[in-house]
Amino acid sequence: MRIATFICSAAAALVIAGAAFAADGNTITIGMTVSQTGPLNVDSVAQMRGVEMWRDEVNAAGGIKAGDKRYMVRLVSYDDQSQGGRVQQLYTRLIVEDKANFLFGPYSSGLTGTAAVISEQYGKIMMVVGGAEPKTYELGNKYLFQVITSADHYLTGAIDALHSKNPHARVAFVYSDDPFSKAVVLAARGEAKESGFDIVLDESYPPSTTDFSPIINKIISAKADALLGGGHYPDGATLARQLYDQKADLKWATILVAPGDQEFASLGQAALGITVPSQWEPQAVYKPDFGLTGAEFSKAFQAKFDLSADYHSASGYTGGAILQHAIEKAGSIEPEKVAAALNGMDVTTFFGRVKFATDAKHHGLQIAHEMVLAQWQTKGGKLQREIVWPLAAKTADLLYPLH
Amino acid sequence: MLGFAASVIDGVLVGAVYGLAAMGITLIWGVMDVVNLTHGAMIVAGMFGLYLLTTALGIPVYAALLPIFAIGFFAGVFLYWIAVHRVIGRPPLMSLLSTFSVNLVLIGLGTALWGTRLFNVAVSLPGLSWGRYTFPGTHILAAILTAALAASLYFFLYSTRIGKAIRAVANNREAAELVGIPTTRVLSLSFGLGAALASASGMLIGTLFPFTVLSGDTYQLKSFIVTALGGLGSPTGALMGGIALGLIEGTVTPFVPVSWTLVIEFVLFVLVLIAFPSGIFARRRT
Repeated sequence: MRIATFICSAAAALVIAGAAFAADGNTITIGMTVSQTGPLNVDSVAQMRGVEMWRDEVNAAGGIKAGDKRYMVRLVSYDDQSQGGRVQQLYTRLIVEDKANFLFGPYSSGLTGTAAVISEQYGKIMMVVGGAEPKTYELGNKYLFQVITSADHYLTGAIDALHSKNPHARVAFVYSDDPFSKAVVLAARGEAKESGFDIVLDESYPPSTTDFSPIINKIISAKADALLGGGHYPDGATLARQLYDQKADLKWATILVAPGDQEFASLGQAALGITVPSQWEPQAVYKPDFGLTGAEFSKAFQAKFDLSADYHSASGYTGGAILQHAIEKAGSIEPEKVAAALNGMDVTTFFGRVKFATDAKHHGLQIAHEMVLAQWQTKGGKLQREIVWPLAAKTADLLYPLH
Repeated sequence: MLGFAASVIDGVLVGAVYGLAAMGITLIWGVMDVVNLTHGAMIVAGMFGLYLLTTALGIPVYAALLPIFAIGFFAGVFLYWIAVHRVIGRPPLMSLLSTFSVNLVLIGLGTALWGTRLFNVAVSLPGLSWGRYTFPGTHILAAILTAALAASLYFFLYSTRIGKAIRAVANNREAAELVGIPTTRVLSLSFGLGAALASASGMLIGTLFPFTVLSGDTYQLKSFIVTALGGLGSPTGALMGGIALGLIEGTVTPFVPVSWTLVIEFVLFVLVLIAFPSGIFARRRT
């Protein structure tokens, strides 16, 4: 009996030891979770597509060059079901069992915050491509790198643009009760007051809300003429649709995230005139220091997935491109060297400029990337997004009032 | 003042549809003492039925109501025979587990087929304007159709033989058996009817709000609250309970931040249960 137990334990030990050597010497493993199910699904999958496109491109070119070695990219991902608890378990699994060399963040600030705790615990570099809340970077970290503009800048452009049309707007802040939206509105509130706007309503709603008629009635009662708010895709899209049905008669509506998605076009007339702060639009004309141009990215994405690229896919792809650039510059895949390369980076890709904060109080926060304001307009009978702000980047004039 | 009235009226309109959903639960609960946890799945089935019939087959939106009602009925009867028949009369936990498992299977199937993305059936109806407020035409029509369905149900239960048979079985199954009512058939019919009501309410909710495969849970919860408010086994009570819930929502929201609505709703719900443990419109069972 004892011999049997001994043999079993020895066998188990060998299997475990074997697994430690399972990773191929010339492959790097990148781990991330995707919300294949749950309310964050739409945007998370879009983000994932960007990452997958980068991976396929890199592998087709022979892998990432680090020093005199070439590393193929192996992407391991799991479904986090849009839940923080799953993120916690899965990132631990990605690091401990799948031996991920690098990590990409999940989609949404809430989930990114959870993943960051795990990635920092294990000292793994995490490229944050879908989490805008700045607080995550203020908790003391060494290996987080945010590729997208942080939440506190989301509505700056919208407020400036609104001010140019209506300096005394009556603004209603109606936003989802989640870390991202709250961070956005926290900063926007101050900016709105400074711009001379009158904040006539300021309310959050549970993220799972589907019946906005009570809050829309409140918007009407408050005689608001501008709306700033929303959350992620499901609630943002629903809010937009019901604003239209209930004839809320707003002259301006900026909704977060949802109108940035191609699927928003399915709202038809309800989408017209809605503005969205966007991390990137296909018409943006940044001149990249390396890699694809915006037009090349859009075309390749369309060809690969038969879908239009949006800023979620672009940010996913850019996370990969930036990590690749850092590895190539460092000439190694060692976390410390790659982190040093990332910390010293100040580059422009098709996505825009990327530079990370390096002070201990905000390490990893994105400090150079800028957002644009896009608006749904009809062009030749078709609904599409145009860049309307900043004026230097615009592709169409701002439509005001929206109806 | 207008804003308050508008909020209350809109609350009542939407509350009526919740009442319709609750009628399905209360019927099943009242007739066979089964807590039907497939209720949420049947509501979602109604929503997806609406989506499929209107986008895939191009049927006009409101014409889908009767087919969905019918399909819901047959699905309910089918569900009765696989999940409920064997656990009637057994401890309540059995039927709870049984229907819960079926619910998981149905939702799992739905998620596998359609994922969890948001679906939207675009329905545009001219609304009714009152000052600066608009009552969406969809809310009004949904409330009217709910009233029609509720009236039909009432007529069915009180003026037809089968309806009376259902009420007899609900009242006392053994006695009904003794007077020659085929109680098993009646039970399966009642379950089918409950599921049909759930699907119909799902279809109507689908015309009002976007939905996902997972939307059933919220409305199932609301149905249980409404059922408890209105009293078990009473379809009129369920409708009244729904309207009461809508009234509470409409009255409360103009004055408090929207995120407090649920809290206040539940507090009032608990208070009502303390005052009226069997629900406000409960009927006494012999």
